[in-house]
Parts: sequence; structure tokens; C-alpha cells
Amino acid sequence: MKNSAFAGFLRWLDGDPEILLGAEEMTEQPDVPRDSQKQRIHHLEHVLKDHPLPVPRAFSRRNVRIFYAVVSVVCCLVIISCLLLAVSDLPRFGVEHAEVEEVTEKYVLDGLEETGAVNIVSGIILDYRAFDTLGESFVLFCALNCVLILLRTDSREEEHDISYYSLSGDDVLRKSIMFTLPLVLVFGVYVLLNGHLSPGGGFSGGAVMGGGLILLSTGYGGEVTGRFITERRFKTVCFIALSFYCLSKSYVFFTGANGLETGISLGTPGAILSSGLILPLNIAVGMVVTCTMYGIYRMFKKGSF
Amino acid sequence: MDFVRNFPLFSVALCLMSAVLCSVLGAKPAKWLTLSVQAVNCCLSASVAAFCLCTGESYLYPMGFIGAPWGNELRGGVLEGLIGSSAALVLCMSVLGGVRFIKRDILPAKQNLYFLLINLVGAAVTSLIYTNDVFTGYVFLEILTLSSCGILMIRDIGRTTLAATRYLILNLMGSGLFLLGLILSYDITGHLLMQSMAGSFDLLEQSGEHAIVASVAVGLICVGLGIKSGLYPFHFWMQDTYGSATPSSAAVLSGVVSKGYIFLLIKIMCRVIGIGSPLLEGARFILLVLGILGIVMGSVGAMRQSSVNRMIALSSAAQIGYIYVGIGLGTELSLAAAILQLIAHMLTKPLLFLAAARLTEVSSGSPVFKALQGSGRRDPFAGAMFSAGAFSMMGIPAFAGFSAKLYFCVAAVEYQDLAARWAVLLALAVSTVLNTYYFIRTAIRIWSPIGPAAEKPPRHELAFVAASTVLVALNLVIGLWSGQISRVISAGIEMLS
Repeated sequence: MKNSAFAGFLRWLDGDPEILLGAEEMTEQPDVPRDSQKQRIHHLEHVLKDHPLPVPRAFSRRNVRIFYAVVSVVCCLVIISCLLLAVSDLPRFGVEHAEVEEVTEKYVLDGLEETGAVNIVSGIILDYRAFDTLGESFVLFCALNCVLILLRTDSREEEHDISYYSLSGDDVLRKSIMFTLPLVLVFGVYVLLNGHLSPGGGFSGGAVMGGGLILLSTGYGGEVTGRFITERRFKTVCFIALSFYCLSKSYVFFTGANGLETGISLGTPGAILSSGLILPLNIAVGMVVTCTMYGIYRMFKKGSF
Repeated sequence: MDFVRNFPLFSVALCLMSAVLCSVLGAKPAKWLTLSVQAVNCCLSASVAAFCLCTGESYLYPMGFIGAPWGNELRGGVLEGLIGSSAALVLCMSVLGGVRFIKRDILPAKQNLYFLLINLVGAAVTSLIYTNDVFTGYVFLEILTLSSCGILMIRDIGRTTLAATRYLILNLMGSGLFLLGLILSYDITGHLLMQSMAGSFDLLEQSGEHAIVASVAVGLICVGLGIKSGLYPFHFWMQDTYGSATPSSAAVLSGVVSKGYIFLLIKIMCRVIGIGSPLLEGARFILLVLGILGIVMGSVGAMRQSSVNRMIALSSAAQIGYIYVGIGLGTELSLAAAILQLIAHMLTKPLLFLAAARLTEVSSGSPVFKALQGSGRRDPFAGAMFSAGAFSMMGIPAFAGFSAKLYFCVAAVEYQDLAARWAVLLALAVSTVLNTYYFIRTAIRIWSPIGPAAEKPPRHELAFVAASTVLVALNLVIGLWSGQISRVISAGIEMLS
């Protein structure tokens, strides 16, 4: 009766704030021999044999595990069948649906004229739906900062003793980097600058350039890349790229919504200096992507720049 | 065009710019920048609400030269302004009230990153609230997920890393399901803009085509956002997440972040699918059942906790259950009650987390109930603030929590389905009793005279006093003038659909 609800309520009135926990019942425990580890274990085994731990059968660990396994399989099957049903009901690929293609039709037909970009994808992501892309570059920025929070140690020491799996100093790698790195970086710049003319753009060009920097840092160690990518420079590039992106797009959104002139010319479609803000925005996005990729790599590798 | 119409854009751009600036500033300037930007953000959103209330209509704001349905678009309305301004205010107050804990819990070199993430949370929540485009919703949902994970794990103790991992996994699952839902609905409607999608959904409903895809898409969107906002049974990450984060983060996560997801869901339901649409009936029923279960199970869970911040954390599951019950009932009254509850919870939870952190501090740093005994006497101001928050949670008249519960009761009583009506009323009654039980228990604990003496008298801190006073005052304003506020909310809901 000591742990009944009524007794608990009485105790609560008396000032004990926990009704549910119940009164603690202390029983005297037999003396534990303290001689040796072996004896103690033997004693514990003995005690456990006499008084097995009160685990209710229904909730034993094994039953719970079986329950979870069954439930997860059932859930997966239900979700799989729902999705398969949905897929079988989707409009067939390649069949024309006039009502579904209002948006895409406009992109394809008027994209070049309205955005000045020969590459319609660039036109869509940096003009029609530029707000989404602004968000995407901030997703990268946010991810970079989360990695900084998690991994940054600011250790002034040399890179940890990771030589047994580090490739830095490997001659074959170093020689091949000497040949490939210029090509990789130039290709990255090409993809970046031609984003409005041919497939590519800030995200892909930035990824290629970031990959190049990671390659260099893998083969030659952080001190080589660290010579020209200091923390200060890294921050400055990110800051300039993102604030340019944010400010210029806000200006375009503002003028667009208010029906004002932007004063930005679209140029001749097909020329390298054309399509208004798309080229500088591609460069800004490229910078952010490069910094993010390289920064995350350095954080994982060393914990500082 | 009226200049006020630009304010949603300004809010988002301000938060994003200030986030970028914080990356190069030191901790102290970053803090002041964040606080002032959020305060400005609050004023901007409040002006949008007032503007729309005066003109009596909402407005669309094209993001660029080419408007709907090809480009992105924002939408300003009474509800957007109201919730946007409360979110910005709560964000500002949570940071202000917990400034000392931020200094205590976060390495000095990383403090500016904390404020950066707070700005990103602000930008993401503001965009989620104002967006009129579901894909923009998804993009900023991702920013919100990542930045909230960041503000959680920035307190460098093992528990937060574990909690952040769990939080991230669940949240990514929610985002994934939400994105799948968007893809499926884009496939059958060809639009991402809310009103264009709604038009296509109407046509599909009339022709009866692709009914399966439509219902699966709706289900995925609801489940995805439900998981992200901590709907029962996906609430189990709450106690670790809210319980171990630095108090400001706990306040932001429980007060602002989850509300962003819920408001996006409400907006999609009202503006894309139509809250009364037969497509939504199944999903609404499930949300109603899970909401009711959440109310009861969240309270039971909170009751069994042995430390105060885990208790407050789990009571969020119950409070979010209320909101989902309002969405599940799907009448205009119940939606108004849900929005009122959303705002009430937004104002109360941060207050409780901040006050509990201060009470913990004067109890040799231990948040377990035994240590908290008499802590209200050691720090009377924090004790009073905690009690005010607890009163609001219990539903004592004059506080915001009371008016929310009252409107839920009215909405339930006027609901035509008898079983749902009684289930909701019963859940409300049970949860009120349970809420009262565990909050009264804590209040008695902190005010009872026994307990260890304070090692040192608490420092008077203007920041905490100001932040908690503002939160309590707003709580009282909503509680005392709930009639007017619910009229504003009803006007907003009418504009929404």
C-alpha cells in the first residue's frame, strides 16, 4: 500500500512533489565480499540467480527488437506500395499535356529573349527563379558554417600524424597533379564563365574548381594551398560573393516588383558579356561553391585552414 | 505601388545580409547586428500585417520582372505579417534573454557563427512564412534545418552532438518526404506557385485524373512537415534536443523553428489543396488522431521527466498536438484556434526555457527537480517569470494559453462530427489536468522554502529582465484581448484561401 495512488496523494499534500515516483523502499542488502574481482562476480551471479531482474516478458529486449523489425518492414512495404501506386498513375513520360506545360513552354520559347541567356537552365535558375537559387547558395553557406562549428579546432600544430594514409608526398600523385591541375582549374573557369552560353554555370564550375584545390591540397599538403588561401582571404571571398549576390538580386527583385528600370542591359545573346546579371551571379555562385568545397575538405582534414 | 508591399523582401534580404556580415564580424558586433536586424524585421512584418488589415486584402509580390506563374513570388497578408513579426520578436528576445548563456556555452571564436546561424533561421522562417511558391518553401526549409542543427550542436558537449545527429536524421527524412510530395504534385500540375497549383488541383479533382498521385503527394507533404515539426510519434527527439541545447537555442528551436514548418503546412493546405477538399480528408483525419495522441502522450511523457528542461521540452509535443488538432478539424474556427495556439506557444516556450535556465543556474547548475527546490526564492524574478509561463501553459485565464484552449473548446463544440468533438474535448480536459499537474508540481518545487542556499546571489541582468518582461507582457496582451486578436486571425484566414 506504500506505493498506492492514494498514499502518493497524501504524500503530495504533505509536501512531497512527486506522486508517481512512490516512496523509496530500502531493504538491507547482504554484505558484498570485497576480496577479489572473481569473488564479487561469483557473488553477483549468485544474487542474480536467486533474484532475477524483474523484466516483464512482453517488453523483454528480444521482443522489443522483433516488434521494431516487424513494424519497420511493414512500414517500408506500405510506403513502397504507396509510391509504386503513385508512379503507375503518373502522366506518361514524353506524352504532351498542354495544361501541365504552361510554365516550361514559356521558359523554352521566351527564355532567350527575356533573360538573354542561351543556356535556358541558367536563365531559369538565375533569372526566373533567382530567389530559389539565392536560397540554395545560402544552403551551402550554412552547411559550411555548420562544418566550421563542428570541426574547427584552430590547432596551430602541424597536420595530425596521418601519414600512413595520407597521400601527401606521393610522387606519382604530385607529378600527375602538376599536369592535371592547370587543366582542371582552367576548365572550371571555362564552365563558370560560359554558364549563360553552354551547359555549366556557377554550381558546376565551382565544383570543378573546388575539386582542383582539394587535389592540390591532397598532393602537396595544406601548407601549399594555405599560402594563397588564408583564412582571411577565404572569408573575404565568401563575403564579397554572397553579399554581391544578395544585394544585386534584391535590387532586381525590388525594381522588378515596382516596375522600375534596372539599367542593366541584356546585351547580344551569345556574346560572352551578355545576359545581364547572369554572368556575375554565376561567378559569385562559383566562388561560394569553391570555397564551400575546399573549406569543408580542410575542416575534415585538419580542423583549420 | 505602396512602399509597404516591399517589406517582406526587405525582411528576407536584411536577415541574409546580416548573416553574411556576421561571418566577418566579431562576436559583440554580430550580436548587436542580429538583435537590431530582428527588431527591424519584427517592425517590418508588423507593418505588413497592419497594411493588409487596413486595405482588407492580401497582395502578391513578384520576385523579379517576370511574375506568376513563371517566376518566384512572395505573398503578404495579415497572417503572414502577424506570425512573421511574432517570430522575429521571439527570435530577438530568445537571443537577448540568453546572451549570458551563449557566452558561457559557446567558444568565443565561434560565437559570431552562432549569430550568423540565428540570422539564417530568421531569414528562413520569414521566407517560409511569406513564400507563395512551394519550391521556395523547400529551399528555405533546408536552410532552416541546417541552421537549427547548427545552433543546437554549437554547444560543444557530447549530448548535443548526439541530439543534433538524431535531429538531423529525422529532419532530413521529413524534408525528403516533403520534396517527394512536391515532385509528385509538380508532375501532375506543372506548377510550383501556390494559386496555379490550386487551379490545377481543382481541374484534376473535377476530371478525376491522377487521383492516386494527388492523394499520395498530399499525404507525403503532410507527413514530411509533421515529422519536421515534432508531431507525435515523431516527437522523441525533443527532450534531448531542447533539453541539452544552450537556452537561447532551445527557445529558438521550440518557439520559432517548428512554427515555420507548421505555418508552411497550413499555407499549403489552405492555398494549394483547399482545407475542405476531399483530397485532404484522409490526411486531416490522421493529423487529428496524431494530434490528440500527441496531446495526451506528450503530457504523460513530460510528467515522467526528472529534470525541468526535459519536461518543458516534452510539453512542446503536447502543445504542437493542439495545433495539429486545430488543423485536423479543419473548420475556420479551429484553424483560428490553431494559429492562436501557435502564437501563444511561440511566446511562452522561450520564456520557460530562459527562466528555467536561470533557476538552474542558482541551483548549482543542476536542472533536476530535487536541486531546483527553493530556486524561486534564490532568484525571485526568474521564478516569477517561470510561474507566468507555467500559468500560460496550464491555461490560467488572462494568459495566452487560456484563450487558445478556450477557442479550441469552442471549435470542438461547434464541430459537427460527434466522435471527433468528444475525442477533442476529452483530450483537452485530460491534457489540461496533466499540464496543471506537472507545472504546478514544478511551481511548488521552486517556491518551497527548503533547499540548498544560493552560493552567490543572482546577478541582475537587464537583458534577461527586458526579454522576459516583453514576452510576459505580450502573453498577457494576447490573453486579455484575445477577442480582437482572434478577429484579426480570422480575417487573415479568410484572406489565405
